[in-house]
Amino acid sequence: MLTETRIVLRNMDKIDPVSIMDYKKRGGYQPLRKALAMKPQDVIDQMKLSGLRGRGGAGFPVWKKWSITSAAPGDKKYVICNADEGEPGTNKDRVILSGDPNSVFEGMAIAAYAVGAEKGYLYLRREYPYITPILEKTLENARGEGCLGSNIMGSQFSFEIEVVSGGGAYVCGEETALIESIEGRRGEPRFKPPYPGVQGLYGKPTVVNNVETLANIPVIIERGGKWFSEIGVPNCTGTKVFTLCGNITQKGVFEYPMGTNLKDIYETHGGVKDNFDLRGFMLGGQSGNLINAGQIDLPMDIDSCQQAESVLGTGTIMVIDDRHDILDIVENIMTFFIEESCGKCTPCREGNIRIYEILRRISSGQGRMEDLTLLEDLASTMNVACLCGLGQNSSVAVITSLHNFPDVYLKAIERGQRA
Amino acid sequence: MIKLTIDGLPVEVEEGATLLEAATKLDIHIPTLCYHPDQNVKANCRICLVEMEGNKLLVPSCSYPAQNGMSIRTHSPKVRRARRNILELILARHAQDCLHCDRSGTCELQSVSEEMHFVKIPRYPYVARSAESDHSSPSVARDSAKCITCGRCEYICSEVQTVHALSKTGRGFEMQFRPVYNRPLGESICVNCGQCVQACPTGALTVRDETQVVWHTFADPGKTVVAQVAPAVRITLAEALGEPPGSISTGRMITAMKRVGFHKVFDTDFTADLTILEEGTELIDRINNGGILPMLTSCCPAWIKFCETFYPELLPHLSTCKSPQQMFGALLKTYYAEKLGILPQDILSVSVMPCTAKKFEETRPELGRNGIRDIDAVLSVQELARMIRSAGIRFDTLPDTPFDAPFGLGTGAGEIFGSTGGVMEAALRTVYELVTGKALRNIDIKAVRGLEGIKEASADMNGTHVKVAVTNGLGNARKIMDLVKAGKTDYHFIEIMACPGGCIGGGGNPIKENAMMTSRLDAVYRLDKELPIRKSHENPAVKALYEEYLGEPNGHRSHALLHTTYINRSGLLE
Repeated sequence: MLTETRIVLRNMDKIDPVSIMDYKKRGGYQPLRKALAMKPQDVIDQMKLSGLRGRGGAGFPVWKKWSITSAAPGDKKYVICNADEGEPGTNKDRVILSGDPNSVFEGMAIAAYAVGAEKGYLYLRREYPYITPILEKTLENARGEGCLGSNIMGSQFSFEIEVVSGGGAYVCGEETALIESIEGRRGEPRFKPPYPGVQGLYGKPTVVNNVETLANIPVIIERGGKWFSEIGVPNCTGTKVFTLCGNITQKGVFEYPMGTNLKDIYETHGGVKDNFDLRGFMLGGQSGNLINAGQIDLPMDIDSCQQAESVLGTGTIMVIDDRHDILDIVENIMTFFIEESCGKCTPCREGNIRIYEILRRISSGQGRMEDLTLLEDLASTMNVACLCGLGQNSSVAVITSLHNFPDVYLKAIERGQRA
Repeated sequence: MIKLTIDGLPVEVEEGATLLEAATKLDIHIPTLCYHPDQNVKANCRICLVEMEGNKLLVPSCSYPAQNGMSIRTHSPKVRRARRNILELILARHAQDCLHCDRSGTCELQSVSEEMHFVKIPRYPYVARSAESDHSSPSVARDSAKCITCGRCEYICSEVQTVHALSKTGRGFEMQFRPVYNRPLGESICVNCGQCVQACPTGALTVRDETQVVWHTFADPGKTVVAQVAPAVRITLAEALGEPPGSISTGRMITAMKRVGFHKVFDTDFTADLTILEEGTELIDRINNGGILPMLTSCCPAWIKFCETFYPELLPHLSTCKSPQQMFGALLKTYYAEKLGILPQDILSVSVMPCTAKKFEETRPELGRNGIRDIDAVLSVQELARMIRSAGIRFDTLPDTPFDAPFGLGTGAGEIFGSTGGVMEAALRTVYELVTGKALRNIDIKAVRGLEGIKEASADMNGTHVKVAVTNGLGNARKIMDLVKAGKTDYHFIEIMACPGGCIGGGGNPIKENAMMTSRLDAVYRLDKELPIRKSHENPAVKALYEEYLGEPNGHRSHALLHTTYINRSGLLE
């Protein structure tokens, strides 16, 4: 049985989320005060020492991102908190933002100080409207206490945060599409490079960090990068906030050190309900991997997952028991991406629906063996050719299910051929 | 300098150069579709992907900057596979009717398929992008089933022309470029400039074809088919028939048109000269009598619709002169018909233009009289080239034929109407001499020449310091109009041409890239230089017409035939 290591979720259920006093009583905004007494470069150095990597899915080292923006020339710079948590089954950012919004704002302020930004945006998923008043009230209270706004805590540093509601598109979780959306255009990704760190919002150097990433920052400043680096596994330090969903007995949001074994997490939270067998997992959300029950012995950190041809992604673990048909799940995932593709680049615009067509053909008994080749051919092309992460990963479920559940496809095709 | 390796070959490029540019330097060809040398980079078609060593993802060569030490492969097995799979996805959405497509032979998708030797049937069922076939516009035909959603049309329309007639609608598989507010193009804010046709890689946007009515009328013995040919046509027709940009073909063009079946071939240069006399007289009148200034030129029908739509409050600034095409049409259906003793309705008045907006202009209700149109058909350069080809005429070896009288004589001033700055230069040559009574010593007014977006010049005319400006491309027109609207200019006269480069860059020409424009431009001034008469007011045929028929510039009859009115179209924006 595992016990949680709560860094990100440190204040969960211990404070009134909007109360600046509650947050301060738990040590809040001390890290910002400490950071303001440091040189910006020293703040970045602490991030480097901590080894913190982005929690949005890509796992890019935070210190590198900040260094790029810090070094990039620009009369204005921005910090954006990506709270467009659109990955189905993922709820960690929602929990953090509604339970402890100050931790994220403080993280944004420290990031802003480190890179030289004075304006920040929190881009909130459209489907979380109930969080907006929590965020607005928290901001108001924090400003009132001089923790945000002009001349923070009597220093020369000013930082204003604005909450922006998303437009309801999944693709806006992609940082450049998010930026386009804030700028008032269609939420479509930009090609990279140039990266937002150099040329982001309104063409200015911009740091875009995920909610969970930012919530880690104050603790790292408070306790030091070295302390943080000893949690988790080498090269993937700290904790991860996992969302457990699907057919697991105990659903919810839980925080464990990076590298915690999937099997342990699964068992700790009760596995599948009695009378059912585990069929597999969908890891990292809809854009993640389908693995079978035999692959359960998997350390859940960015690199281990990658080595096992899996993905940590947003840390979502969807448990699938034997009531569910894998083909059905994959088809369902593809309808999601057909809906959410923005249509900008060819392979994503045209590919998702073609994959779905082939899957339907197979599941309805019209499949041919060549369809498997075609699926693999198309999916792997989308994987390397699409413009943004959405298209590159929309077919991962197909590819991984072909690899990890080959029988499902073969049986469906054989069944059709017999009929 | 950046040093990298492409397909094993070392290459050095400037900082900021893309991989596509670096490959081009090595004479390595990478197929492209959404890329256009004169536009921003879009990187959305993904055909130009290349493999970058150490990178799992393929990268688009059109957008990816070359960096030191990179090792790039442009045609590796991984690249070929992805590229072919992407092409297959595009083809499965693209109308499968190359054989009867307007762009067959000049289609970029066709050429990419050909060079990639994609000769199989796509593995996906054909699904049309849209069944929408929009023939509502007199100028531009839209066939959405041929659209590959590269976005080049939207870029030119929104970013260069600032018209914003086309917009991205829908998402994912349903994404399309459509006229704004879901209107048919012909009822939209489109100004008919046809630059989208020039930008489109496929047959999704084409010039509306009017050749059929001309072919049919050739067969009607009761009709006289008369053509006028705009100055730019002799510059770009040969190019449309496979010769290099800037090949002048006036004499051969007339021969070809006669062989195709036109009874008379006249020169629009003639009414360009007439325009200068009318417009120049109007300008002098406005300056001397406190009229509304700056006066704006009115030869370009795309600009006129732009002004009517976006700047209706500036309509009083427009010269009341009809365009040379419409002046010509008016003369054909009155003076010329009378002279020949035939009914105006027995003349098929055809104009050959580098322009698609002229096709819209011919339909304007205020142009014509007694229900008879002054212009019956407008052929673009592309359409005339097609007629010549389909008549079995070998163009390159044709002998020369002169234009027909009485409208066959044009001056160098009329000739330069074809390029940006030409109308202004022609006007200054005449206005200076009319105002000062002195001969203009150097008639090459270089300040208004060239492809620059906004040009200025001034001239002292009997103590009046006349300031002029010249713009080309509607984005530049918008900049100047905003200044005029704000009262922040002191120009007397402004020439505005909707198309980048003026008429030689018009939407009815063969498909262009900006790199060709200099050759076309040089040809315009070469023609001007060669002509014995280079000032409109010295055109003896024009003088004779005034004496015989019109009276004097801006006189009673001129006004009835050669001047027009405008319409406030700002309602289109709602």
